Amino acid sequence: MHDFTYHAAGSVADAAAKVAGGEDAVLMAGGMTLLPTLKQRLAQPSDVVDLAAVAELRGIQVSGGAVTVGAMTVHDAVANSSEVAAAIPALADVAGHIGDPQVRNRGTIGGSIANNDPAADYPAALVGLGATVCTDRREIAADDFFTGMFETALDEGEIVTAVRFPAPETAAYVKFPNPASRYAIVGVFVARTAGGVRVAVTGAAGCVYRETAMEAALEGNFSAAALEGMTASADDLNEDIHASAEYRAHLVGVMARRAVAACG
Amino acid sequence: MPKDGIGASVKRKEDYRFITGQGAYTDDIDRPGQTYAVFVRSPHAHARIASVDTSAAAAMPGVVKILTGADYAADGLGGLPCGWQVTGKDGPMVEPPHPPLAADRVRHVGDQLAVVIANSAAEARDAAEAVAVEYEPLAAAASIDAALSPGAPQVHDEAPGNLCYDWELGDKADVDAAFAGAHHVTRVELVNNRLVPNAMEPRAAVAEYDRATREYTLYTTSQNPHVIRLLMGAFVLQLPEHRLRVVAPDVGGGFGSKIFHYAEEAILTWAAGKVARPIKWTAERAESFVTDAHGRDHVTVAELALDADGKFLGLKVDTRANMGAYLSTFAPCVPTYLYATLLAGQYTTPKIWCGVQAVFTHTVPVDAYRGAGRPEATFVVERIVETAAHEMGIDPAELRRRNFVPPDAFPYQTPVALVYDSGDYEGTLAAALADADYNGFAARRTEAEARGKLRGIGLSAYIEACGIAPSAVVGSLGARAGLYECGEVRVHPTGSVTFFTGTHSHGQGHETTFAQIIAERLGVDIDAVEVVHGDTSKIPFGMGTYGSRSLAVGGSALSRALDKVETKAKRIAAHLMEASEADIEFADGQFTVAGTDKSVGFGDVALTAYVPHNYPIEELEPGLDETAYYDPANFTFPAGCHVCEVEIDPDTGAVEIVNFAASDDFGNVINPMIVEGQVHGGIVQGVGQALLEGCVYGDDGQLATGSYMDYTMPRADDVPSFTVSTRTTPCPHNPLGAKGCGEAGAIAAPAAVMNAVHHALASRGVSRIDMPATPARVWQALNA
Ligand SMILES: Cc1cc2nc3c(=O)[nH]c(=O)nc-3n(C[C@H](O)[C@H](O)[C@H](O)COP(=O)(O)OP(=O)(O)OC[C@H]3O[C@@H](n4cnc5c(N)ncnc54)[C@H](O)[C@@H]3O)c2cc1C
Repeated sequence: MHDFTYHAAGSVADAAAKVAGGEDAVLMAGGMTLLPTLKQRLAQPSDVVDLAAVAELRGIQVSGGAVTVGAMTVHDAVANSSEVAAAIPALADVAGHIGDPQVRNRGTIGGSIANNDPAADYPAALVGLGATVCTDRREIAADDFFTGMFETALDEGEIVTAVRFPAPETAAYVKFPNPASRYAIVGVFVARTAGGVRVAVTGAAGCVYRETAMEAALEGNFSAAALEGMTASADDLNEDIHASAEYRAHLVGVMARRAVAACG
Repeated sequence: MPKDGIGASVKRKEDYRFITGQGAYTDDIDRPGQTYAVFVRSPHAHARIASVDTSAAAAMPGVVKILTGADYAADGLGGLPCGWQVTGKDGPMVEPPHPPLAADRVRHVGDQLAVVIANSAAEARDAAEAVAVEYEPLAAAASIDAALSPGAPQVHDEAPGNLCYDWELGDKADVDAAFAGAHHVTRVELVNNRLVPNAMEPRAAVAEYDRATREYTLYTTSQNPHVIRLLMGAFVLQLPEHRLRVVAPDVGGGFGSKIFHYAEEAILTWAAGKVARPIKWTAERAESFVTDAHGRDHVTVAELALDADGKFLGLKVDTRANMGAYLSTFAPCVPTYLYATLLAGQYTTPKIWCGVQAVFTHTVPVDAYRGAGRPEATFVVERIVETAAHEMGIDPAELRRRNFVPPDAFPYQTPVALVYDSGDYEGTLAAALADADYNGFAARRTEAEARGKLRGIGLSAYIEACGIAPSAVVGSLGARAGLYECGEVRVHPTGSVTFFTGTHSHGQGHETTFAQIIAERLGVDIDAVEVVHGDTSKIPFGMGTYGSRSLAVGGSALSRALDKVETKAKRIAAHLMEASEADIEFADGQFTVAGTDKSVGFGDVALTAYVPHNYPIEELEPGLDETAYYDPANFTFPAGCHVCEVEIDPDTGAVEIVNFAASDDFGNVINPMIVEGQVHGGIVQGVGQALLEGCVYGDDGQLATGSYMDYTMPRADDVPSFTVSTRTTPCPHNPLGAKGCGEAGAIAAPAAVMNAVHHALASRGVSRIDMPATPARVWQALNA
């Protein structure tokens, strides 16, 4: 790890000021992605601004048919929240299948979505549920937030404060884990919402995306049978030592059918 | 029997310190004035080193010294030695130089060429990044196929065509003749996938030089500190044993990867003399991936000839084995003497031929890894036997029974040099089949099919040669060391005991097992026994722990030392009780005079030995401290049968192990709980090889699986609960009757799992799938 200056932020405003004040400052949530990057010397920030003590970023609120999760809320808190389980069980399920217990007790929703790993689980939940990302500057629709591999709509120094999920009529997430990392080789989040059916796919491509053909098929007939024989197009899908693009395309169909079936 | 004696599942004495975080591992050792080393390593698989400029790095804060390959060469010291010379068809193997710091060429990603020593690890790392190395990258040969193809890049000028040796065992013409009369011939092509060992504790070393005594001390993560002292002292650094102490303290797993003498050990010791301050190096996990010797990596074509009844007539095995970029300490013997000699398996196959080509590639060196050669042999034999059974329509269990070496045939001379000591192969097969409910499989398959799942069951009736090894035998086969073991039993004046053993425990529980033997034999409480290992300044000598040898060889040395203690103690007791030595009996810690009520306790005898007031001082030396060296008469031959049942989801290709039963014959068992733990761990490693672990190099020699993001280690939820049991035929040629249990699981499991996978997939027309049978591979095979 190269040397850097450590700051503990006391509030969102304080964090924003400290990030703005640094030459090349980064925010730190649980450090689950940031710290390994620093240890491997792949990044050399001048300043690290730790959000751990910012109380206003932590916590879960359920009201008016929406679940709002503070940016610094760890996965384990979402997975084990009875309120989340009652309002959007699929969201608790997503959080409960991220990484391992250690990761779930340090990794945060803000860090996960700001990082936007193409194989991360939360992006599928945000896009699948049509969530809204709240920052210290504005609100961004999930559909507009994830812009590419490890890229988001966040501006320089912009801080995610919370994510607001509208409760769907029904939803489910099924992931096929990478055997090594257990991130998603393919994860599909299916939801029937007031605004229509959404099918969000993570792991398969460079960034989370919606399978619109499947959404259309499910719109008329919300059942696994409606997706029979459907796969994704392999054209733009990832190809690596763990899975070919064809395999991923096939798995998108399998996971989507299983997710619909799990919606009950 | 004392309650903690032989046969009791005593809780491990060492676990208290481990689970309370009080283990003392190499990285826990800090010496006054300590510095830290970081190695500069090649990012290229193959390159010429045009220049190394250390000037900028040397000027950085905290830097104490930077040493390069040129500095090492200038000191005229030795290269890393190979401990085993295999002689092939065309003469001795090619043994290219292995400089501990590369000076002119690097030959694999991770090859070290300089070391930076600084006041802190962070400063050393900063400076290592500032060492300016100019590489001229060269084309790499990253696989066996690439290295053997015409015009392939040469790993060593000394090895034309990248061949280390071309070796064979058996008479090919003789075996061909057996094939001529065959009713059926089964042929398989197999890949034994390359594995990265991944001990939980990364390798580490601390070296220091004492100017007053001129003594060097090396603390290192080793399975055999005396072997390191011998190799490093005599061959590399030319340091005499009496001025070189090697300590292997608590070691967090080895699996073979910590047997070998590594460059970092020699470089740290050499550098400690130069800087006259202690130096510590601890590998980072990413560094372990590219420097710990890897395992396996064979490509094999095998053919089995059978008669109409399914009797095996002959076996032909043609194997190419990857040695990596340099010869690691024991690498050459793994695909030869630890492999081809096991190809008879549990069977009476009369004619066997095996040819092995060992190949250099631009990859990390390959050496012994849990099982070392024997998993590869078992995989060949058990895959081909199972395939033959299915091809001939004979039940795989029945085909095995028809070919087993029968229980009354021991000692049994195989056609591949070994003489099996004892065994009951039908017994372990029957037990494993019963535990696996083999007969109920058809119904379970039908039920699984109704759920859309493919179900398969597979057997693996393995044998291993353990208790390594009779020195004269291995010497005649090219070993440059003896493979006996040493033990010293030091009875203290008040009757407590310290046992010094040349074996090394790094997970095996020796501190408990050996203490149980002593408690049993001397009638002392197990807490009155301390087992000491891993320090050349304390233990007379030792060859270390690998090849499931510690109990069979080290335990036998202990047993012999205890015999000596008992003999001497009886003489002392006879004197104390004014009886004839011949009349003294010893049981439960009491010496008695036969036919009388006279007795004296072991503690009183021990005290007398050290306070010899009333003592036969004319005939007997004081003290009660005995050492024995034990050189085994033969290998031991643990064997058994593992049965695996899998269920495959054809939609995703995911393989689930739904049942696993094992019946093993390890000879006499000292601590059943520890044995069970060894079997469990071994099975999980075998499952890892079969389904999860695959080391992948790109064609350019870059390691694609260099972290846990891409290299799949088995996790607890990848396996079900196992049903394991033991059946004993004692080893007839060592005093404990023990055969060894440390490697069996890793040897047996891959074939059992892969036989089950092939069985499940056969109904869908899949005939070949290689390890690891990942979901992607299985799905690909189903949709080819
Ligand atoms: C072993 C392991 C296994 C994992 N498995 C999975 C898995 O299966 N599925 C999965 O989805 N994920 C997985 N993860 C990722 C994990 O869930 C974390 O969510 C992720 O690593 C982010 O960690 P963090 O919250 O600690 O953020 P950090 O590492 O602290 O930060 C990550 C990035 O986000 C930025 N950031 C953090 N908070 C904010 C904020 N509030 N506003 C703006 N930017 C911010 C940081 O500057 C940094 O660039 C795994 C991680 C590990 C280490």
